[in-house]
Amino acid sequence: MNFVLVLEQTLNGLQLGVMLFLMAAGLTLVFGIMNLVNLAHGSLYMVGAYLATYFYQATGSYPLGVLLGLAGTMVVGIAVEVIALRTLYEREHLDQVLATFGLILFFNELMAILWGRAAIYTTLPDYLTGHVELFAGLRYPLYRLVIIAVGLAVAGLLWFVVARTRLGMLIRAGASNRAMVAALGVNVRLLYTLVFGFGAALAGLAGLMSGPIHVVQPGMGELILIEVFVVIVIGGIGSIRGALAGALIVGMADTLGRAFVRPMLATVLSTTAADTAGPALASILIYLLMAIVLALKPQGLFPARS
Amino acid sequence: MNSRRRAIVLAAGLVLLAAVPPVAALANQPFYLDLVRRVMIFAIAALSLNLILGYGGMVSFGHAAYLGVGAYAVGVLAHYGINNGYLQWALAIGASALVALAIGAVSIRTSGVYFIMITLAFTQMLYYLGISIAEYGGDDGMRLAVKSQFPGLIDLNDANAFYYLVLAILVLALFLGQRLVDSRFGMVLRAARSNEVRTRSIGFSPYPYRLAAFVIAGAVCGLAGALLVNHTAYLTPEFMNWTRSGELMFMVILGGMASIAGPVLGAFALLLVEDALSGWTQHWQLILGPLLVLSVLFLRRGLAGLLFGKNE
Amino acid sequence: MNRTLLEVRGLRKSFGALLASDDVDLEVREGETHAIIGPNGAGKTTLISQLAGNLLPDRGRVLFAGEDITALSASARARRGFARSFQITSIYPDFTALENVMLAVQAHSGSSFRFWRPAREEASLRSPASAILEEVGLSGRSGVLAANLAHGEQRALEIATALATRPRLLLLDEPVAGMGAEETQRMIALLASLKGGKTLILVEHDMDAVFSLADRISVLVYGRIIATGAPEEIRANPEVRRAYLGEEVAA
Repeated sequence: MNFVLVLEQTLNGLQLGVMLFLMAAGLTLVFGIMNLVNLAHGSLYMVGAYLATYFYQATGSYPLGVLLGLAGTMVVGIAVEVIALRTLYEREHLDQVLATFGLILFFNELMAILWGRAAIYTTLPDYLTGHVELFAGLRYPLYRLVIIAVGLAVAGLLWFVVARTRLGMLIRAGASNRAMVAALGVNVRLLYTLVFGFGAALAGLAGLMSGPIHVVQPGMGELILIEVFVVIVIGGIGSIRGALAGALIVGMADTLGRAFVRPMLATVLSTTAADTAGPALASILIYLLMAIVLALKPQGLFPARS
Repeated sequence: MNSRRRAIVLAAGLVLLAAVPPVAALANQPFYLDLVRRVMIFAIAALSLNLILGYGGMVSFGHAAYLGVGAYAVGVLAHYGINNGYLQWALAIGASALVALAIGAVSIRTSGVYFIMITLAFTQMLYYLGISIAEYGGDDGMRLAVKSQFPGLIDLNDANAFYYLVLAILVLALFLGQRLVDSRFGMVLRAARSNEVRTRSIGFSPYPYRLAAFVIAGAVCGLAGALLVNHTAYLTPEFMNWTRSGELMFMVILGGMASIAGPVLGAFALLLVEDALSGWTQHWQLILGPLLVLSVLFLRRGLAGLLFGKNE
Repeated sequence: MNRTLLEVRGLRKSFGALLASDDVDLEVREGETHAIIGPNGAGKTTLISQLAGNLLPDRGRVLFAGEDITALSASARARRGFARSFQITSIYPDFTALENVMLAVQAHSGSSFRFWRPAREEASLRSPASAILEEVGLSGRSGVLAANLAHGEQRALEIATALATRPRLLLLDEPVAGMGAEETQRMIALLASLKGGKTLILVEHDMDAVFSLADRISVLVYGRIIATGAPEEIRANPEVRRAYLGEEVAA
């Protein structure tokens, strides 16, 4: 393996990390403030991908597709919150898990009805395809760089909102003491709906950005959702900082693992052994990482509440 | 008064179940024997989950993992030509217990949402492990060419005999399960769920009891996995899919968590509804999804609560 | 000679900027009933929680019969002879009163890794539990679900559960909280009957209870013990009157 390959994979890891962060931030916000475990978060990711693809094809304009896709996901998210989730805030986590699980089945099937079960390969507009010449002779896809940039920008925006604005103060207060925020006369219902809508938008953004890289199909949300759980467990529930740290760690570990575990094993084991053990080890690497973090710090690296 | 009612309903249920093979034969519908046998196998799995979920209060989203471990134990041994049922099923139970011990030891130190996410993640880890091992079929899985052999005892190829074996195991599991939750061990487990602080204050540390329950539940589910792979004659990593775990949880909650037999009802309810719906439309999940949501919101005590009455 | 059973040295606990326990020193003698009083917000429950092991102090030490138990968990302390009742009733709502007490008995009679015999039928658990229920006046209600008991009965059940572990030290956090006059008198009589032989630490607001039960009283104000002594000394102490009794008169 050479330096260019390592650099390329590192950037890929960063890109995955940034996407995981978008998902994790939404999920951890919702959990931190509303104490809601939302398995259907992955469904919002999927809805974002589908809507953006649909609107791009319908309008012919990529920016419009993105905008409408985001808006649409927010609307769907808010609708779900108002119709199905409001009653769950007071319920036990078990009930929340099961109810949102039911929502997953519903949304997966809905997408299949609307757009079929087959995987959809979305295209990108010309100005987003192509490669960029980076240093060391690496030619890296422009689109992935855009994703990284967008993700980091959102991370920055989130940090600004949470740390510097009144809304952010409410969010931080709500995360540590829900009852107090309500007692202070804040319209908690509205706050919850807004937070949920925002979380939905983040998930939708992650989904629509991932579309062109992976495929768009029913059930795509659940695959990433579980990685998001690993991110949150590693990073610590309820904290944006934890979400970012966890996301970058998981993104890097997963990508670099898949690229380099087998070659590294091949240097010490036989090729056939490495061929069997390598992919197996790479696929479970992030879970082993999670187990180790848990053994040392059961609350995650940066928990919101200690 | 209440326990009499319960005993009658249970006895009636058992008679019904025992009557399925002859009735199916008479009506020339072997499909029903197959269907009910499958439901009973999942009932055993759901029953094992109820121990830790209903009685232990541990929301384990990774229970389907043990179906997979049990199935793969049988399948892998068969793959290498070892068809001895005793060996296979012993490995299914033992391996599941070990995996449960490993996962439980790490997970049970956490609680609440963390526990849910962690158990889910570990199950997914096993799923990916199953997919990545090409030798055992990768994500296509493997066929079980030869069923577990119990020479002289039972031939699993005999559909009726296999059915009654499953029924016997189900009854045994119900009986042993009831003894377990009424025993000293069961009381501590239930106390820890009911009021953890109080339980610590009287001198119990919940961790060892929860871990033991987790291992027992895993082992029983592993047995269910061995039964399942013999029933379907193939296995795939899908056995361990987390949506499977979700289904098991639904069986427990639908049936009612406060009783040993509740999950049996839940298994029947869920799987029969799934079967009926999927016969009606290929988009049955569109209906099942909201149905499940509604049942969580409104069916507080589950079907067992409806059948057996209030006090459990 | 009354030796020291529980000794607290320099206990400190902060919650962010709030200093709940400020270098608390306490000494409780074997067999005595030691009351801890103080205005609201003084940190009484926080102190009890640290003594019982539900909360770990930031600094300081707790010694029980000479042994340093500061790092021990609540369940470990319970096994060494601690029992605690909670200010906010903490019982098993879905078990009967008898089962509540039986569980406490079970915690101190052999291994609970028994999987076969129904625990409810064990005479070695039932008898002691029934006896204790009788002691606290609940024998007529033994088959009632704890959630269905009246408030005063639940508080009595709390005491019963604590007694069932045959403790050397009882930590009672406001046992008469929320009780009417008659129930309070009953509880005081019950606690008085415990005085022989058991060591009690009693956190209370109700002055009737405190002055009729306590051998010694410590006064906790803003996390600090400002006075310790016999009831008469405390009653006469001007600092105490100002900080606590004065406040009551004003209220």
